[in-house]
Amino acid sequence: MANPLLEVRHISKGFDGTGVLEDVSLTVHEGEVLVVVGPSGCGKSTLLRCINGLERIDSGEILLRGKPITGEKRDLVAVRQKVGMVFQSYDLFPHMDVMGNLLLGPTKALRRPKAEVEAEAMAMLKRVGLEEKAHALPRTLSGGQKQRVALVRAMLMKPEMLLLDEITAALDPEMVREVLNVVLDLAKEGMTMAIVTHEMRFAEAVADRVIFLEGGVIVEEGAPAQFFHHPKTERARQFLNTFVYEAAKKQSENSADA
Amino acid sequence: MQALDVLLKGRNLARLLQGLWVTLSLSLAAIALSVALGLLVGMLMTMKNRAIRAFCRLWLETIRIVPQLVLLFLVYFGMAKAFDIQLSGEASAVIVFTFWGAGEMGDLVRGAVQSIPRHQTESANALGLTRGQVYRYVIIPQTVRRLIPQAINLATRMIKTTSLIMLIGVVEVLKVAQQIIDNARYDALQAAVGIYGVVFFLYFIVCWPISLAAGRLEKKWA
Ligand SMILES: Nc1ncnc2c1ncn2[C@@H]1O[C@H](COP(=O)(O)OP(=O)(O)OP(=O)(O)O)[C@@H](O)[C@H]1O
Ligand SMILES: [Mg+2]
Repeated sequence: MANPLLEVRHISKGFDGTGVLEDVSLTVHEGEVLVVVGPSGCGKSTLLRCINGLERIDSGEILLRGKPITGEKRDLVAVRQKVGMVFQSYDLFPHMDVMGNLLLGPTKALRRPKAEVEAEAMAMLKRVGLEEKAHALPRTLSGGQKQRVALVRAMLMKPEMLLLDEITAALDPEMVREVLNVVLDLAKEGMTMAIVTHEMRFAEAVADRVIFLEGGVIVEEGAPAQFFHHPKTERARQFLNTFVYEAAKKQSENSADA
Repeated sequence: MQALDVLLKGRNLARLLQGLWVTLSLSLAAIALSVALGLLVGMLMTMKNRAIRAFCRLWLETIRIVPQLVLLFLVYFGMAKAFDIQLSGEASAVIVFTFWGAGEMGDLVRGAVQSIPRHQTESANALGLTRGQVYRYVIIPQTVRRLIPQAINLATRMIKTTSLIMLIGVVEVLKVAQQIIDNARYDALQAAVGIYGVVFFLYFIVCWPISLAAGRLEKKWA
């Protein structure tokens, strides 16, 4: 087995006294794609935010390559340079064009030469089919285009790991695929990722391992084929059933349209 | 044209322009002070401390409820009565207009800062930028873009409102116009409208380009 890249050990986190995460432990190995699923409000975003230091954990610890990244002496800036994150809301900087958005992190946080990063940025934009948008302002892009730019922006930091929090949840259905394809590509190239998603088909396709979170605790963990087709727990079964129902509903709507 | 005759007589035109200069220099002094203090006040207003926030609230309500003229009288006559400090009309004007402008400017800064979504900070953080870099490259540029058009509107309002200071004895452009009209009362009765028209024109050429710039910026940065 490859080395553990990220280890989350017995973390708990609450807001104003109400527990959100309780004694959560997980490991992500190098090159692995971990998918986290669970009902709304179960703490998925909070989990990712704790890993990236956007929320402070109450107890437990998180290690990146064996080194603690929580606790008093943590260096959040250094951690965030190694762990990239993309959010659900389109969060490009509206006052800069696409290239400006892409250059900011590498040139300011990593202090790399602009020309070099620019060439890399252009190549990455080309890969996601957006090279002609390099100098467009974010507000002129579609949601799907914005999220692809956000992915490129995170990747240009050459992170050791990416955290993706429902990056297609705010998109129109026809744009979901173009974004997920980029993520699938990254997975193929061996990018280590922790992904929160409500797209179950995508989850199954991209995951090496799945975690089912409910009420702030890990209820089930397993390989995607096993989790999605033969869940061990009743609660996971019920959760997955809601998606079967939705898929069936969509299908009948589609056939009604036809 | 009676008004033109009157204006071109003696030093009338020069005096009028001098009055305009008084209007502008006092306005500019108050505006500059308001912007500088307003930035600070705005930061205070976004703080969580309840006492500071309550104080700022009270200040804002005061300058919005109490007419500027009352504030001018309070400072100009009131200070003399209460503390035996006789401020000049000019000094009183700058104090009152700064008191007003800094409060309003602070509120604009507060609004601009708070209108930047939290996600902007978070995604900048997620890029590994330091706190200082997040402010410098992400928060402040966006704040300034929202702020500048509104700040310019405030500035034009301040320039116009300085016409009140003639009531505490400052001879600014409107006061000069009145003096000119008074002096010409006997031989050019009809001059008044024309001269006020000239004053209107002077305010217009000062404030219009400023408003125009504000509109442009607003559109550009929308
Ligand atoms: N900053 C906060 N302050 C207070 N409560 C919060 C905060 N952030 C999250 N919570 C609460 O923590 C719980 C978990 O939230 P979280 O966003 O992690 O859920 P989630 O699993 O990502 O849900 P969703 O699928 O809807 O995105 C929720 O009950 C939420 O109301
Ligand atoms: Mg969430």
